[in-house]
Amino acid sequence: MNSLRFGFVTGPLLGGAWMFIVTLSIAVTMSFATGQAFAPDLGRSLIWGAVTGFALVLRHNQLILGGLVLSIFALSLLPYGPLNIGSDVVLISTSIAGLLVALSHALPLYFILLGLQFGALNRHEFETAIIRMLMGFGYVFFTAIVLIPFYVMVMTSLKSQSELLQNPLDFSLDLSKGWGLLRSYHELFTDFNFGEYLWTSFYISVLTVLITLAFSIPGAYSVARLRFRGRSTFSRSILLIYMVPMIVLALPIYIAFSKIGLRNSITGIVLIYPVTTIPVALYMLQGYFRALPSEVEEAGLMDGLNRLAVIWKITLPLSLPAIASVSLYVFMIAWNEFLLAFMLLDDPSKFTLTRGIASLNSSEIPRQHLMAGSVIATLPIMVLFLGIERFMTKGLTAGSVKG
Amino acid sequence: MTENSPNRGLPKSLGPLARREEHLAWALLLPTLCAVALVVILPLMAIFWISFKPIELADLRAPVPIVKEDLRGALQTIGDEAVLRYRLRNSSQSEFIRDVTLRDKWPDGLEALSLDSRCTISSWNLVCALGDWNGGHREKIQITVKARKEFVFENSLKSSAPIMTGDATSILTNFEFTTKNFVRIFDAAEFFNVLWVTFFYTIFGTIGALLVGLFAALLLNKSFKGQSVLRGLYLFPYVAPVIAVAFAWILLFDPFSGSANSLLLQMGVTQQAINFFGERPLALIMVTVFEIWRYFPLSFLFILARMQSIDLNMYEAADMDGASPFQKFWYLSMPQLMGILSVLFLLRFIWTFNKFDDIFLLTGGNAGTRTLTVNVYEQAFAMSNIGAGAAVAVLIFCCLLIFSIFFLKFFSREEGL
Repeated sequence: MNSLRFGFVTGPLLGGAWMFIVTLSIAVTMSFATGQAFAPDLGRSLIWGAVTGFALVLRHNQLILGGLVLSIFALSLLPYGPLNIGSDVVLISTSIAGLLVALSHALPLYFILLGLQFGALNRHEFETAIIRMLMGFGYVFFTAIVLIPFYVMVMTSLKSQSELLQNPLDFSLDLSKGWGLLRSYHELFTDFNFGEYLWTSFYISVLTVLITLAFSIPGAYSVARLRFRGRSTFSRSILLIYMVPMIVLALPIYIAFSKIGLRNSITGIVLIYPVTTIPVALYMLQGYFRALPSEVEEAGLMDGLNRLAVIWKITLPLSLPAIASVSLYVFMIAWNEFLLAFMLLDDPSKFTLTRGIASLNSSEIPRQHLMAGSVIATLPIMVLFLGIERFMTKGLTAGSVKG
Repeated sequence: MTENSPNRGLPKSLGPLARREEHLAWALLLPTLCAVALVVILPLMAIFWISFKPIELADLRAPVPIVKEDLRGALQTIGDEAVLRYRLRNSSQSEFIRDVTLRDKWPDGLEALSLDSRCTISSWNLVCALGDWNGGHREKIQITVKARKEFVFENSLKSSAPIMTGDATSILTNFEFTTKNFVRIFDAAEFFNVLWVTFFYTIFGTIGALLVGLFAALLLNKSFKGQSVLRGLYLFPYVAPVIAVAFAWILLFDPFSGSANSLLLQMGVTQQAINFFGERPLALIMVTVFEIWRYFPLSFLFILARMQSIDLNMYEAADMDGASPFQKFWYLSMPQLMGILSVLFLLRFIWTFNKFDDIFLLTGGNAGTRTLTVNVYEQAFAMSNIGAGAAVAVLIFCCLLIFSIFFLKFFSREEGL
């Protein structure tokens, strides 16, 4: 490690590594955006990266920075840049790619190498630079891995089967089609009953939330506040129930529901969903209730309210944010639930959204329908989530590690 | 209790106030307890019961007598004659039904000219006692009828469907037991493979999600513009419905029309398309990667919450002492995070062990990705052997019991429960 701790070694090394990360990401981005041939050139990106790193360690000023941006851009056009660009790629794409590489390499590198001298470095300077580069890598990496599947999902739903087979990378949209782009969505709603599935999923989820709250609020309150024998055993068993896998329960439930005729009915689903969420909700809510100051409730008791009135008039209004986040979380579980819906529902008129998507997974139905269905299922939960993200984040950390 | 304890001399039994509180507590918990008992405890007992039963998917439908009714000839005017037929059969080819009866409404104004000896008509009801039926039993009951009144078949006869009853013993409730299911699942050569796949998936999935989550938390543990946007974005994989993201992954990594393959081909990384979800051992690695991808947000969220509650003074003191960034992370942050990391590890370990949907959707348990949970489904539904599926479920439950004991010991210390 010590031999690396010289500016003239660290700079080029970080420069090379950063250049390769940048080139790879830009190549992937450009390929996904245009469907044309972009590939990183390992050798050239390492060399040009090292050169820029060396230059920035030698003289760390904006003049050098500007010069580097220009020269990388020029090299990309020549084409001796870090990107291997196919010969059939039009000039405008080439220049955009070149410019992107130049800017997203040089500007961050300027900050990564900030404060790095040419000669020997102390441990602090060296590690700071490394960490800056790792952070840069992290942002690029996470954004890419999260976005790519969703990007593919949305774009596939807007294309046709033959276009996809021709060039799986080409996600560019033919905007001249206008509303025709949304054909799969239109077909799902008209021919595949998705409007109804959406509604079924929605009201099942809402009912699940309501039933779960009705059961878990009193339960959580009594575990959090009231003294009774067996309280600690009880709060532990909640955790244990939390851990029984659904597949183990699904088999007897399937048999029982077949016997009593609840299989293939929405009633059966509404009966079973809340039970999967009650332990989670109970566990989360008891945490919140414990955190509420008990003095307020005691004041209510002194003033002559009974316990139930205290819960209704004092505890519930105080814990509304908590209840909102628990509701959201339960809604999300019910909305996304797949296993039980898949096992218990066979009749297409009673499908939930997830079950409906599963039924699209056949070789006769084009792939874009499957993806359009996925988008329809994902979009509401995302919108809900992003809109009230703060609640959700709190709710998730409050007590659930359930997957 | 020491001499100075304030509780010394207090009565051992509960006072009326405490007793009322206790009653209220149980009353509030009662609905939850009932629901949990009904849907968790009862099925758990059922699964133990079923695992010792020689039961197949087809046995779930108990044999029932089935009837079809029709009329040969027309009953248009008074005096017309026709034959009323009941075609009967046992729905099961092998099971026995006891005391089969047929009941039907007998319309006013219809006279039976010949009646089967087992049947009687009284007060407009036809009742036939048909005795015991073997598996695959079929028969016909024919009644010659004459119209006494203006009589329209469609309206009067078809309006009431005949009702059949009969007792059949179900394999579920009798006392026939077998250990065949357990022998079968332990005996199969693939059992150890299933076990190995399960533990590979669980251990690497858990550790991977934790490490990736830790990395993501380190990235976002500073305030900058767009931090909350990124935080929301990084939670996407966890929030989206599993079925949607699983299909997106399948499509992305499709060997023929997948974007990932054409990207790799174009960049020259590989010469021919890779079947990511169809080859051993790549499929197992891919489902583990999917697990990491889908659940890193959860660990990221918890670790971030813990990081943000670490006292910053400590870092200032370390800065004064000249600690380098890595030293600060390793010697200051890590010990603070160890608690949440180990709790997360245990919880995630159990949950990954329980995971079913992800693998089921991605590979269906093929190409060497069959874990224990997927095996339950495979045995019970794909191979129609409910008993063997239940036996695997029992095995899973036993594993979990062991984990849980370990977990509770640890968790009660950690969380003070």
